[in-house]
Amino acid sequence: MKGNEAIAHAAIRYGADGYFGYPITPQSEVLETLEALMPWETTGMTVLQAESEVASINMVYGGAATGKAVMTSSSSPGVSLMQEGISYLAASELPALIVNVMRGGPGLGTIHPSQSDYFQATKGGGHGDYHLIVLAPSTVQEMADFVGLGFDLAFKYRTPAMIMADGIVGQMMEKVVLPPQRKRRTDAEIAEQCPWAVTGRTGGRPRNVVTSLELDSAVMEKNNERFQRTYREIEKNEVRYETKYTEDADYLIVAFGSIARICLKAIEDARKQGIKVGLIRPITLWPFPYDAIREAARNVKGILCVEINAGQMIEDVRLAVSDAVPVKHFGRMGGIVPNPQEVLDALEKDFINPTKA
Amino acid sequence: MTREEIIKEENKVYARPALLRDDVMHYCPGCSHGVVHKLVAEVIDELGLAEDAIGIAPVGCAVFAYNYIECDWIEAAHGRAPALATAASRLNPSKVVFTYQGDGDLAAIGTAETIHACTRGENIVIILINNGIYGMTGGQMSPTTLEGAKTATTPYGRRHDLNGFPLKVADVVSLLDGTCYVTRQSVHTPAAVRKAKKALTKAFLNAKAKKGTSFVEIVSTCSSGWKMTPEQANKWMEENMHKHYPLGDIKDVDAKTN
Repeated sequence: MKGNEAIAHAAIRYGADGYFGYPITPQSEVLETLEALMPWETTGMTVLQAESEVASINMVYGGAATGKAVMTSSSSPGVSLMQEGISYLAASELPALIVNVMRGGPGLGTIHPSQSDYFQATKGGGHGDYHLIVLAPSTVQEMADFVGLGFDLAFKYRTPAMIMADGIVGQMMEKVVLPPQRKRRTDAEIAEQCPWAVTGRTGGRPRNVVTSLELDSAVMEKNNERFQRTYREIEKNEVRYETKYTEDADYLIVAFGSIARICLKAIEDARKQGIKVGLIRPITLWPFPYDAIREAARNVKGILCVEINAGQMIEDVRLAVSDAVPVKHFGRMGGIVPNPQEVLDALEKDFINPTKA
Repeated sequence: MTREEIIKEENKVYARPALLRDDVMHYCPGCSHGVVHKLVAEVIDELGLAEDAIGIAPVGCAVFAYNYIECDWIEAAHGRAPALATAASRLNPSKVVFTYQGDGDLAAIGTAETIHACTRGENIVIILINNGIYGMTGGQMSPTTLEGAKTATTPYGRRHDLNGFPLKVADVVSLLDGTCYVTRQSVHTPAAVRKAKKALTKAFLNAKAKKGTSFVEIVSTCSSGWKMTPEQANKWMEENMHKHYPLGDIKDVDAKTN
């Protein structure tokens, strides 16, 4: 099935309580699949087409505040509209899942694939000091798997998580093993897991208030310190990445999402020619695998950062190696996806045979 | 002599509503918010909804509504309360969800969320405090500011050729099939307060019975923003606001079928 369809199936099977979304190419199949599957008849999951992405993310905010497992999906321009709500979710310490199936920008841009929202997703996006947990799937299987992982991490740390896919993974069809069907949590289970949830003062308990407002600066600073402690915990525990052929590599490619698979083909082609190239694929873009890249870069002559954008993740790769190794970027923009030969050519031009260029 | 000794139980004719917290309100003297808060607290208590009510607070003067009414609350971003209420209500169908919003919040930045929650017929109560001004932000023009009214952003008075006409948002939502009850009330006299309470009671009962969206507008004063004494503000509201925003039920699905 398509990556977008896998997201929908995985959400139902995870036992998600609600999905709120607005159609936008190239991810509309998420909402379409959910509407076709009618999960409100089976698991009791709520599905609603909102009037805008602004409304979608605020429905997610309202639903998350009641302790429910809620999500939305969109593509780049729509995710820009959601930034206010995402900042509120982070500030109110609410778990939620946001899926961005990226298309080329800026502006209305193109409907074709891109990875140009890396800065937006990993460096904040909305206002204030906050981070999202950002998962970057490169296969349809990971699209399905990261729904559960994203929700689990969001609830573990009480913070929103994002699946940052691109139009390729969203539209691509692959075989996928879907997770087993889980039951949605009962109200009693939610009350136990989320004692902060706004559910009405059930049983006469003291009231719960979910808010991001605090006019006392001293308290607001304490709140921010608490958010930062959570982020440090996430950085300590949740870094995820994949390595291929890094043990003997002379050159390293760092790439995430769909382009990592294209790079792997380029690496295998290079190895046939006797050029030893390795791959690091960050799976969590935040927290970023700085240590793993620093470690893998110890014996290489150069790092090529391949992204479907003008060079965004390269800033984090440079931070990881602190100029100890030369780092170059290769990418295409505007919805054009590089092929393996272009990646090899860039590697040759930048590192292997720079005089040729 | 203690307060309890002075006020003997058998002589008591009035008490603070059980769900109104004993906090000092930040509202200005003469502001309608205090009275409406009291009514909302009374209605939730009298209908036995203390364990079922979920309030959505706005951005504006009522941003701190959650400090005063003893129920669960979510504080929304500016204008987005009906979107939050939509999800909270759909995901928790046994609960009664209400929003409490001002005219800037509901009728300017939150117009889309208001219209679409109403047209979907969400089983919620929307309470609009319409005082024709941005109170908290410092007295700027709102969509419901009357023509000629002087505000921080219409220092020479609102002109429709420059600033558009005042928006009758209750009339707009009354046209939508999803609303079951749309009413416009005020709380400037004891009689008006009683009528407003009746309207709020009906609205909360509608939400509980899942009849659709109930929209209760309270035409209100903002003595600070209007730069008047509370007494002058009440008089000005009666003479000007009530002319443009006449009081009474605009739509009642039950009344039609009866």
